[in-house]
Amino acid sequence: MSASRTTVPALVKQLKSGLDSPICLTWELTYACNLECVHCLSSSGQRDPNELSTAEAKAVIDELHDMQVFYINVGGGEPLVRRDFFELLEYAISRNVGVKFSTNGYLLDEAKAARLASMDNVDIQLSLDGADAGTNDPIRGEGSYAAVRHAMNNLNSAGFTGYKISVVVTNQNVGQLDAFEQLANDNGAELRLTRLRPSGRGADVYNDLRLTQAQQVDLYNWLITRPHILTGDSFFHLSALGEPLPGLNLCGAGRVVCLIDPVGDIYACPFVIHDNFLAGNVRDEGGFDQVWKHSDLFTDLRQPENPGACASCNSYDACGGGCMATKFFTGIPLEGPDPECVFGKADEALANVAASDIPVMTQDHSKPNRVKVTLGRRS
Amino acid sequence: MTLSSQVGLRPEPFGALAYHFDTRRLVFLKSPGLVALVESLSQFASADEAIAAADAAHTPSSYQSALASLEESGVVCVR
Amino acid sequence: MDPTTNEPTSNEDTAEPVADELLVEEISIDGMCGVY
Repeated sequence: MSASRTTVPALVKQLKSGLDSPICLTWELTYACNLECVHCLSSSGQRDPNELSTAEAKAVIDELHDMQVFYINVGGGEPLVRRDFFELLEYAISRNVGVKFSTNGYLLDEAKAARLASMDNVDIQLSLDGADAGTNDPIRGEGSYAAVRHAMNNLNSAGFTGYKISVVVTNQNVGQLDAFEQLANDNGAELRLTRLRPSGRGADVYNDLRLTQAQQVDLYNWLITRPHILTGDSFFHLSALGEPLPGLNLCGAGRVVCLIDPVGDIYACPFVIHDNFLAGNVRDEGGFDQVWKHSDLFTDLRQPENPGACASCNSYDACGGGCMATKFFTGIPLEGPDPECVFGKADEALANVAASDIPVMTQDHSKPNRVKVTLGRRS
Repeated sequence: MTLSSQVGLRPEPFGALAYHFDTRRLVFLKSPGLVALVESLSQFASADEAIAAADAAHTPSSYQSALASLEESGVVCVR
Repeated sequence: MDPTTNEPTSNEDTAEPVADELLVEEISIDGMCGVY
């Protein structure tokens, strides 16, 4: 019998109560970025003066090695902006921590591509939100589509195969899924689709870019027949529509994954960079290990969850009430339906949200001169 | 047969997680009996002998299927 | 099978090993939510 990608119902309970180490985690190396994507989940743009030093970052890598964290997804901001990027990359690999890094591709020149192609246990994820510049650039900035295509050519020429093209699905690009798949196939790359959440600057554009219910159904139908398409399990709320999508189909935040941010703050996941979901800091006594195992926040998240208003729904087992981050930043109860519940069960809660219910951003590293898009609910 | 050198095997309460660093495949070993079997493989001349000595919590054919899956995913390999 | 719940009945009564079960499951390393 061949191993197949299935959900693991017997294990889900075990994983919901958390593991002694994360399986993998996101590590944002810097808040500095050369772009200002309108939906940036980490509200990046400016370097934080308190960034972890090279030595501090290596100490974290040592901890991850000791905890047997299998791999890290390194992002930011733009991780290639850090001068010690390759030093840290090589150190992680030497300590048996696999690395995938997410990049906008601007700094992925031929020399870097060649260097990366010569390394083992490195993977690359290029961020792209449109199958053409007309769709991509309004979100990620003028020239950003071309920069990714250029980076792809550099990787291809260097012989680096199997990198990921990662797309945040919006109502602007949901009609381009076949084109994205074609682009990946033509370049020996893998396509990854992920969910838009009202996190970071995403809160400003969420209502303008989010999918309609009909588009969500289309997306589900497209994905369910393409189990090879990666999603980071970010559409598990759509599993209520029928057969579960591949993946664990549960919120991994604080249970099997988490985020380490550029100043060493540890959050439940990259979509909740907010004081309410801050578990501790790697600089605390006991380091990352202590926070992962014993922080109040993570202990809390590992308790059996309260389904709240979802208790009476037959599909709760399939969707688990959806995404904590999406509920939090929309101002609706965490025990209850996801704003994009496929059955529309959050509509009443959404209609009753007052402006004062919407959480205020507690972390923002956007560049000071950015023009805020104010089309969302936030004032 | 033996545990592959490219694999990290991490004990868990339910059994173990196995991660293959080259293929990036992640496998859940859902029973401590299976984990013990995998760790004992290199001590035996054949997989069948290892299975014969394994925890009776599971049938030999369950173990055989599991080893076949683990070989397919590269977690274990022929020495 | 228990006809009311359609669940397999418990094997606690017997000392025999459970009939063939899936001891191995694979999940994509990309298959857990909360990593971007």
